[in-house]
Amino acid sequence: MAKTGVLIELGDGKVKETNFGVLTAARGASGDNEVCAFVMNADAEAIKSELSAYGASKIVNITSSGDLGASPDLQAASLAAAAKEYGLDALLGLFSATGRDIFARVAAIMDEPMISDCISVDIDGKTGVKSHFSGKTFATIKLDCGIMLATVRPNAIEPAEASVDAEVISFSPSVENNSTVKIIEVKKGGTEKLDLTEAPVIVTGGRAIKASENYKMLEECAALLGAAVGASRAAVDAGYAPHSMQVGQTGKTVSPKLYIACGVSGAVQHFAGMKTSKIIVGINTDKDAPIFAKCDYGIVGDIFEVVPALTEALR
Amino acid sequence: MEILVCVKRVPDTAENEFELNSEGNDLDRDDLVYSVNEWDNYAVEEAIQIVDNVGGSVTVVTVGDDESEEVLRREMAMGANNGILLSDDAFEGSDGKGIATILKAEVEKGKYDLILTGAQADEGAGQVGGMLAAMLDLPYASLVNKIEVDGDSTIKVGREIEGGNQEMNEIDLPCVLSIQTGINEPRYVGIRGIRKVAQVEIPVKSASDLGIDASNVGEAGAKTKRVDYFVPDLGEGAEMLEGSTDEIIAQLIERIKSKGGLA
Ligand SMILES: Cc1cc2nc3c(=O)[nH]c(=O)nc-3n(C[C@H](O)[C@H](O)[C@H](O)COP(=O)(O)OP(=O)(O)OC[C@H]3O[C@@H](n4cnc5c(N)ncnc54)[C@H](O)[C@@H]3O)c2cc1C
Ligand SMILES: Cc1cc2nc3c(=O)[nH]c(=O)nc-3n(C[C@H](O)[C@H](O)[C@H](O)COP(=O)(O)OP(=O)(O)OC[C@H]3O[C@@H](n4cnc5c(N)ncnc54)[C@H](O)[C@@H]3O)c2cc1C
Repeated sequence: MAKTGVLIELGDGKVKETNFGVLTAARGASGDNEVCAFVMNADAEAIKSELSAYGASKIVNITSSGDLGASPDLQAASLAAAAKEYGLDALLGLFSATGRDIFARVAAIMDEPMISDCISVDIDGKTGVKSHFSGKTFATIKLDCGIMLATVRPNAIEPAEASVDAEVISFSPSVENNSTVKIIEVKKGGTEKLDLTEAPVIVTGGRAIKASENYKMLEECAALLGAAVGASRAAVDAGYAPHSMQVGQTGKTVSPKLYIACGVSGAVQHFAGMKTSKIIVGINTDKDAPIFAKCDYGIVGDIFEVVPALTEALR
Repeated sequence: MEILVCVKRVPDTAENEFELNSEGNDLDRDDLVYSVNEWDNYAVEEAIQIVDNVGGSVTVVTVGDDESEEVLRREMAMGANNGILLSDDAFEGSDGKGIATILKAEVEKGKYDLILTGAQADEGAGQVGGMLAAMLDLPYASLVNKIEVDGDSTIKVGREIEGGNQEMNEIDLPCVLSIQTGINEPRYVGIRGIRKVAQVEIPVKSASDLGIDASNVGEAGAKTKRVDYFVPDLGEGAEMLEGSTDEIIAQLIERIKSKGGLA
C-alpha cells in the first residue's frame, strides 16, 4: 500500500472533472493506496464529499499567510513541503496550465525526477507511459526516485468512484514568502464555455469551416453534445479561430471520449494533439483524406450538410 | 536586455517515419531529418523583437552534439546575436534534470535578464524551463503567450490558461519563461540568411569548461529510464458510414452511444 498525494485543481471553487481520473490513478492497481488530496487556501469542507467519492481519505488544505492563489512559486514550495510532511510515495497532478507551471519546480526543489503528460501511471512500479515525438512513439519511463512525481494528461484515465471516509486537515508549511511572481489578473478571452482540455467531447472545425462565423454551426452541435469546440492550425492561421482553440502538436493536447473532426485533413501535427481520444469521427468531402486512415468512423460528406443534420438528430 | 534562449535539435515529426532501434529502447536515429524544436523558434522570435524594442542582445544555447551547431546557426540567421554549443560525451543520455543542470551552469557564466525556453520539445516533457528556474532560484512562468517589457526590474507576462483565458503575471527580472506557440509569427529564414552566419565562430563548452560534475548529468546522472518503447499501431482505418445523410447520422449516433461516447 502506497501513500499518494494529488494536487487538486479548482475552477470557481469547484473541483474540475479532470481531477477524478488522477484520483483514480492515485488509488493504484490494487485500489488500496491511501490518497491525500491537496488543495490551496480552499473551502475544503465544501469539496470534501466530491473528493472522498473518488477515494481521497485526507483532504489537506494548504494554507499560508501569503496570497497562495496568486503565487505559483509559493504553491510549488508549499506542495514540496506537504509531500515531505505527509511522507508520500508519489505525488500526482494534471498536465494542465497549473500542473505545467508547478510540477517541474516541485521536482527541482525536491531534487527528484518526474514524468510529464502520462496516459497511464503505475505507482508501485514507479513508471508512467507517455507519448514522444508528437505521439508517433510511446515510452514507458521508470523513475529512480524517493517520491514519484508525475503529471497526467487530462481525461486520459477513466475516473471510477470509490467512496471512502475522509477528514479535512489544514497544513501551514513554513516556506519563505518572498514570491517573485504575482498573478495580477485573468483576462477573459474565451468564447468557449467549456475548456478544451477538460471537455468530454470535442467538435473541431478545420480550414473547411471557411469563416469564423461558421463556428456557430459547430457550437450549436457542441452544445447538445456537452462538447467544446476546437480548431485546426490552418483554421487558426486563417484567422477563423483564436490560438487558444487550436488542437495539435503546437496547440492543445486533448483526450476526450469523443472527437469529431469536421473538415480537417488529418495531418500528423493535428493528430499529435488528439490521437488518444477514445472515439474519433472524421467528416470530410475527400474520400482519400488522411483522416480516414486514422479515425474510427468516417463520413464522406460536406460539413455544412452533415453537421446540421447531426445537430437536428440530437435535438 | 540580455536574453538567453535555450533551443533543441529534434527529429522533424512531419519528415520522418519513426522506427525503433535494434535494442528497442530508442528511435532508429540514423537517417532522421532534424530541425529546431518548433516552440524554440517562437522563443527566439520573441527575444529578437524585445531586443529590437529595448536594445540588448540575444544568445542561443543548446546542449547537443556537433550536429546541433546547425540549429544555432539557423536561429542566428533569424537574428540571434550569439550562439553557444554545450557539448561533451558526459552529457549524452541526460534526462530533463540533466539538461537543466547543464543549462544552469551556462546561465551562471553569463549575466542574463531573461531566459527563454520553449513550452515543450519532442518528448513533450515541458519540464526543462521550470526545473532550470527552480535550480537557479529564479521566478518562472510557463505557457507564456505575451511579454510586456515595461520596466527594468519587472515585466508583465501573459499565460495561456484554460478556457481561452489569459492570466497576467507580474514577474521580477531576471526570470525564466517558457514560450507557447502563437505568441508571435516567427520570421522566415532563407538560405541567404543561413549563408551569412555560416562562418561565425560558435564556442563549444565541455563539462569541465562549465565546472559540471559529470556524475550529475548524462546517463550517469539520469534518474529517468526508458524501460519500454513502442510505435503504436496505426489501426485499421475508419469504418466508413454510408447511405443517405439521415442513415449515416443514425448509424453514427448508434455507434458512439454503444461505445460510451455519448451519455
Ligand atoms: C511544426 C508544425 C506544427 C503544427 N502544429 C499543428 C497543430 O498544432 N494543429 C494543427 O491542426 N495543425 C498543425 N500543423 C499544421 C498541419 O500540418 C496542417 O497543415 C493542418 O492541420 C491542416 O489543417 P486543416 O486540416 O484544417 O486544413 P487542410 O489540410 O487544408 O484540410 C482541410 C480539409 O477539409 C476538407 N474539406 C474542404 N471543404 C470541406 C467541406 N465543405 N466539408 C468537409 N470537408 C471539407 C478538405 O478535403 C481537406 O481535407 C503544424 C505544422 C507544422 C509544420
Ligand atoms: C534514457 C534517456 C536518454 C536520453 N538521452 C538524451 C540525449 O542524449 N540528449 C538529449 O538532448 N536528450 C536526451 N534525452 C531526452 C531528454 O530527457 C529530454 O530532452 C528531456 O527529458 C526534456 O524533455 P523534452 O525534450 O520534451 O524537453 P522539454 O522540457 O519539453 O523542453 C522544453 C524546452 O527546454 C529546452 N531544452 C530542452 N532540451 C534542450 C537541450 N538539449 N538544449 C537546450 N535547450 C533544451 C528548450 O527550450 C525546449 O523548448 C534522453 C531521455 C532519456 C529518457
